[in-house]
Amino acid sequence: MRRLAPVLELAGPLLLIVAAGLLSTAVSRSTQIYVLHAIVAVAMVVAIYVFIGNSGVLSFGQISFVAVGAFAAGVMTVPLLLKGAILRDLFPILRDHELGNVESLLVAAGVGAVLAAVVGLPLMRLSGLAAGIATFAVLEITNNLLREWTAIGPGATTLSLVPQTTGPAQATIGATLVVLVAWAYQRSRFGRRLRATREDPAAAQAVGISVHRHRLGAFVLSGALCGFAGGLYVHMLGSISTGQVYLELTFLTLAMLVVGGMTSLWGAVVGALAVSGLDSFLAEAERGALPDGTRLVVVGAVMALVLVLRPSGITGGKELRL
Amino acid sequence: MPLAVVDAQTLVDSVALGAVYALMAVGIGLVFGVLRLVNFAYGQLVMAGAYTLAFTSHFHPAVSIAACFAVVIALSTAIDLAVFRPLRGQSPAVMLVTTFALAFLLQAVARIVDVRDGTIGEPVRVVGRLNRAVDVAGVNVRQVTILAIVLGVVMLGLLALLLGRTTIGLHMRAAAADFRTARLLGVRSDRVIGFAVFLSAVLAALVAVVLTVRRPLVTPAYGLQETIVVLVGVVVGGLDRLWTATLGGFAIGFATGLINGVLPTDKTIFLPTAVFTLVILVLLLRPGGLFAPRGAATVERV
Repeated sequence: MRRLAPVLELAGPLLLIVAAGLLSTAVSRSTQIYVLHAIVAVAMVVAIYVFIGNSGVLSFGQISFVAVGAFAAGVMTVPLLLKGAILRDLFPILRDHELGNVESLLVAAGVGAVLAAVVGLPLMRLSGLAAGIATFAVLEITNNLLREWTAIGPGATTLSLVPQTTGPAQATIGATLVVLVAWAYQRSRFGRRLRATREDPAAAQAVGISVHRHRLGAFVLSGALCGFAGGLYVHMLGSISTGQVYLELTFLTLAMLVVGGMTSLWGAVVGALAVSGLDSFLAEAERGALPDGTRLVVVGAVMALVLVLRPSGITGGKELRL
Repeated sequence: MPLAVVDAQTLVDSVALGAVYALMAVGIGLVFGVLRLVNFAYGQLVMAGAYTLAFTSHFHPAVSIAACFAVVIALSTAIDLAVFRPLRGQSPAVMLVTTFALAFLLQAVARIVDVRDGTIGEPVRVVGRLNRAVDVAGVNVRQVTILAIVLGVVMLGLLALLLGRTTIGLHMRAAAADFRTARLLGVRSDRVIGFAVFLSAVLAALVAVVLTVRRPLVTPAYGLQETIVVLVGVVVGGLDRLWTATLGGFAIGFATGLINGVLPTDKTIFLPTAVFTLVILVLLLRPGGLFAPRGAATVERV
């Protein structure tokens, strides 16, 4: 049984993703969007989990990396003919080149990793409340720059005409890749050492683990995966504006992670799917009888309830066990 | 850019904005002192008060303002009982996430209540006449500006008296310095925390009254931007001490007023980036805050 544990740790999340992927091919087009959203949400939440879950340090800033990934992938895949017309202020290198779908996802991951490295190098010295506030500042800075700096993106306007390549196949493969990387990382010695610092920083340092270096490693990996997930996101939506990758998405993804259980991969996947399901159900209900905004009320209430009553989340923060 | 001349009008307005932000900073700082909890949802208390003022606009102003205080204090007490109390002893980061969720929750509730009439945003008409200007030494000053400054000075003075001269004030200061030792020495935690939450609610209601005179259209996001700015000020000033937090709140309000008054809008688009970079630098280099005495770093670090 013990040999099976790591396999199960990976198989559980993957089964859920594949099941969701199959579901998305079997339902009507209007429902499919919800399922795809849920799968991309799994990618984002697992990407965020790689840092928050393994290090135990709270970050409000991971959506910054999703944002830059989304805008990088989006700006690089808008057809050249149209780009010159709608994004005139871009740096020439961005304006005069066009990338394919897969390349754009890799670029998104790269941009996310680079930004995370730049930001993380100083910030990973902080923990607790200071880390929470500093990463929130990162989110604000990223949003401000993306919104106002028209040389790197569309600025305050919506970027449209992005090829919609994230269908059932790309969403499923993308989320699977993110889960695979997250699983491989948490089973590696780096992941284990970082988890040791989460449980007891002093003891971990005493046996020679550099807290700063290991946190930074996870932060950069998380940044890369977040950027990649952002790329999946923009290719699913076909258009993006800075407001879509800001406070509300931060709130929703954190809610997913918290509800599922912050400290396990299984928790991240379950939380993302459960809250997405609830969210889409309510979004559909809002079109009918329920007033607009019920969605956020219920998700906020569920998140607060879980935090108060069961801070370790519905999975208890543990991996899947038989 | 040549240094623009700051006229007396802008200066007075900036002081008033600083006073409002200082009151919010005290509200956030008081609760942080006893609970170690950064209340991200503080702005939603202000928002609730502002909506109360909007919905009671047809009553006498005194009734309307009384209702505003009642609602904000009731909401704040309810949050303390339902959310903060069960969370006591959790890490500050978990509490921050919870208040983050709470802020979204309250905002969404406000949205549902607000759009019942088909439009978003409700105007407050209660104290609109405070917008009338009076002439003070040749400068046109709106009455609310004077009110904000007077309120700021009076409330901070009263608070200093309360904390310095009364038993409950002494208990609060003791709890802020070392909660466990204070409890061991007979300070009743529920009373101290309850009182801090009550005081912060009173301040939020006052802020609601003053802010709605300045900006009468109340929306679900009312107070959110202010809270973020005040949090910045509080962190930059120094969250561990009430007076440095207050000073930080005042400074950021004053600076915001001044910058917006002097620089044209297209020059301030990257202002948030500059401000939040400053926050990160302060957290890294002077974790006790800019105004904290040297050598007094108490923020948890690796």
